Amino acid sequence: MTTAPVLNRREFLKTGAAGGAALVVAFHLPGSAYAAAEDQEKKPANPLNAWVRITPDNRVTLILGKSEMGQGAMTALPMILAEELYLDWKQVSVEQAPTDPKIYDHGTGGSGSVAGSWLPLRRAGAAAREMFITAAAQHWNVSRDTCKAQDGGVLHGARKQFLTYGDLVEAASKLPLPDFNTVPLKNSDDFTIVGHDRKRLEAAAKSTGAAKFGIDSRMPGMEYAVIARCPVFGGKVAKFDATKAKAVPGVRDVISIDAVGEGAFTSGGIVVLANNSWAAIQGRKALEITWDEGPNANESSESLRQHFIENVAKPGKIVRNEGDANAALNSASKKIEVVYELPFAPHACMEPMNCTVHIRPDSAEAWVPTQAPQWAQEVIAKVSGLPLEKVNVHTTLMGGGFGRRYQADFVMEAAQVAKATGKPVQILWTREDDMQHDFYRPASYHKMQGAVDAQGKVAAWKHFQSSTSIAAVWDKDGKDKPEASEFATAAFIPYETPNFRVEYALAHSGVPRAWWRSVEHSSSGFVVETFVDELAAAAGADPLQFRLQQIGEARKIPDFTNPKENKPLDTARLKSVLQLAAENAGWGKPLPKGVARGIAGYYSFESYTAAVAEVSVDNGQLNIHRIVYAVDCGRPVNPAGVVAQVESAAVYALSAMTKDAITIERGRVKQANFNDYDMPRMKEMPKIEVHVVMSKEDPTGIGEPGLPVVAPAIGNAVFAATGKRLRRLPIQAADLA
Amino acid sequence: MATTFILNGKSQTVDVSPDMPLLWVLRDTLDKTGTKFGCGAGLCGACTVHINGEAARSCQTAISAVAGKKVTTIEGLSADGTHPVQQAWIAEDVPQCGYCQSGQIMSAVALLSKKPNPTDADIDDFMSGNICRCGTYQRIRKAIHRAAGTPASKAKSA
Repeated sequence: MTTAPVLNRREFLKTGAAGGAALVVAFHLPGSAYAAAEDQEKKPANPLNAWVRITPDNRVTLILGKSEMGQGAMTALPMILAEELYLDWKQVSVEQAPTDPKIYDHGTGGSGSVAGSWLPLRRAGAAAREMFITAAAQHWNVSRDTCKAQDGGVLHGARKQFLTYGDLVEAASKLPLPDFNTVPLKNSDDFTIVGHDRKRLEAAAKSTGAAKFGIDSRMPGMEYAVIARCPVFGGKVAKFDATKAKAVPGVRDVISIDAVGEGAFTSGGIVVLANNSWAAIQGRKALEITWDEGPNANESSESLRQHFIENVAKPGKIVRNEGDANAALNSASKKIEVVYELPFAPHACMEPMNCTVHIRPDSAEAWVPTQAPQWAQEVIAKVSGLPLEKVNVHTTLMGGGFGRRYQADFVMEAAQVAKATGKPVQILWTREDDMQHDFYRPASYHKMQGAVDAQGKVAAWKHFQSSTSIAAVWDKDGKDKPEASEFATAAFIPYETPNFRVEYALAHSGVPRAWWRSVEHSSSGFVVETFVDELAAAAGADPLQFRLQQIGEARKIPDFTNPKENKPLDTARLKSVLQLAAENAGWGKPLPKGVARGIAGYYSFESYTAAVAEVSVDNGQLNIHRIVYAVDCGRPVNPAGVVAQVESAAVYALSAMTKDAITIERGRVKQANFNDYDMPRMKEMPKIEVHVVMSKEDPTGIGEPGLPVVAPAIGNAVFAATGKRLRRLPIQAADLA
Repeated sequence: MATTFILNGKSQTVDVSPDMPLLWVLRDTLDKTGTKFGCGAGLCGACTVHINGEAARSCQTAISAVAGKKVTTIEGLSADGTHPVQQAWIAEDVPQCGYCQSGQIMSAVALLSKKPNPTDADIDDFMSGNICRCGTYQRIRKAIHRAAGTPASKAKSA
């Protein structure tokens, strides 16, 4: 049942336990570790089976081992293969890999698809290329040195003979595999695909209604199911009456399923099965259920806030303590003390959760919009009792992921219902289900104290955070040490200070939490980049100059939260993006009256992002005119895709800053649909400009790094425009009045 | 109960409850899954179709209300993606996850049928009923201008 060994910065690991509820989950970010000790057991698969399918008539299909959720993996990853294979990009089509964790590292998240696939796919593509060259040389009976790959085939220079890969594939697939560690990789100076803008391969399908998402899956005889779940987290059914539900036309059956994983996994509930989605939804409305609300019915946003306040008023767990921040604060002349607060945040994927499964006596098949097909396969195997090889999980396209679809709760529900009925079944979540049964970005509370000295430098930086951690969802006793994983870059800030103290107190909550786009960086970015801006103001310094000065000389700062991976923060690259964003935004140049700029720079997922926001506040109304970004994510494989991801992250951040809050009342989420949790609309959009550093470093992540800098850049701009500091998200009218 | 309407140019008869929303008739009864379910409350626009040429939210339209009317879905815009708005979407690389895009395109087509050369303000007004969680709004605007044949505005109109 184990998947690939854990090598993850989130330390998200739950060992199998009695009761069958928990599974080993490895959120694997291989990077250069593909060839490292952890993966020695996994031998490279024949690339002509696993990655590249070329038919004798020369049709080329590249296999995609990651999920496509809009982030562009379906285009960027094949670009890497196509480059090493010297393919004509116009020849390429792409197919989703079957779920087989022995071959593919399926888990898609952590902005790790391009970064983690870069070397493995280059090696796979290069190996296939070398096999084609060998096959051609053997065919022509010439030396390999006189042959080279070009335009989807092999050219023999002296006599200008050419064979396509289609001509060669049968012979090539019989050859022994080259050594993946020593196979020659293409010289990056010769790249014609990587580093050049490519349009998304599936854009046409997504513009015609032809693209199939999880919710579009259909199987013969399929039933549609919606589930009534206790609205209070951790609650369950006390009793129910399905008489009226069963009388709704189209409803076939009503069954009950148990919660799995002590509330951290699924809620369980009453399932209405029908011959169409509408009948199932109407049937659920007709259920009569009395709930046992369970232990969390008294939790509210207010009670949680009180819990945070109590937590930071007494000693917490020391995460870091260099120098003596308390002493430095006591003797400081210019000091500040502030509190930042961030709420739970929902994913709100446009396609609500769903899963389609058929469990037969000797095999199972599923169509899942998932970021973790390997976990989906394990869940279905566990519930059905079938071996993994008999569980065929098709990964579909999905209407957004953002971390939500890394969970397997909706898979578990579908598997339970499929097992109980023996029929193909699609579990469908409504928007209300999706809004109220999410795994939210944790709520947090940050008490910060800092001081600047007479030279205008940071004399002390003290950060006491209390939050509802993700790790504690899976380990309630706190044995997994959630502290460091809750801070991200806030635990190893790029700003020099002799007195640095980071402290943590876990807040208990019944609300489920998990990874939301940029995870802990979504909170840390706001906190760190607002706090340093407040220190700059205390020092009377320009916010950009203060940051550059405090970042100091070029050096590499180890990632405190992830010491095993050697991925330090390179201060020179951080300063570069700050300066590039500032330059492109015209930092320092005059703006119309009432308009001001704010800046933020941040390191996350091994990438460097900076943003300058231009805002005005008119009659208490925030207007965001423009956001100018500079991003350094190493060598951009598809620069156009990088720009798209940053634009996307900006809008995602805007929704959490400028729109509604998720609030908890009586142990449940109050908001239900887009009427009370609205999304930013077309008319609210600022202009977004993205400048991509054409770096030659290895590729690093970009799906998430655009997010952490947006809220602080906007907040810092509001301060510059009005003198008001935004310390609590989402912004409320009172904050701008 | 039987309801007959014209779907993408062809007569269609369905035998379903009269109050069943058109969205679910399309998706579940007629296997036209290009029209998407996003909220079921008329708030997100993912379910947008045309009824007698006007944009409508199919999740808020009972099947009985389209009896005898012409319904066009994303599948009916063209046989092969060659509608000018679809072509503009592809040229501007608009979609990311793509789930909202059927509704976005149907709304855009309806807008252009009323205002062949829309301003940014026209686009804001008409398109703000369609949510894009991936944030492709800037590109949608550019694609609408492209399909309209006018150059994209450099600055948002006030």
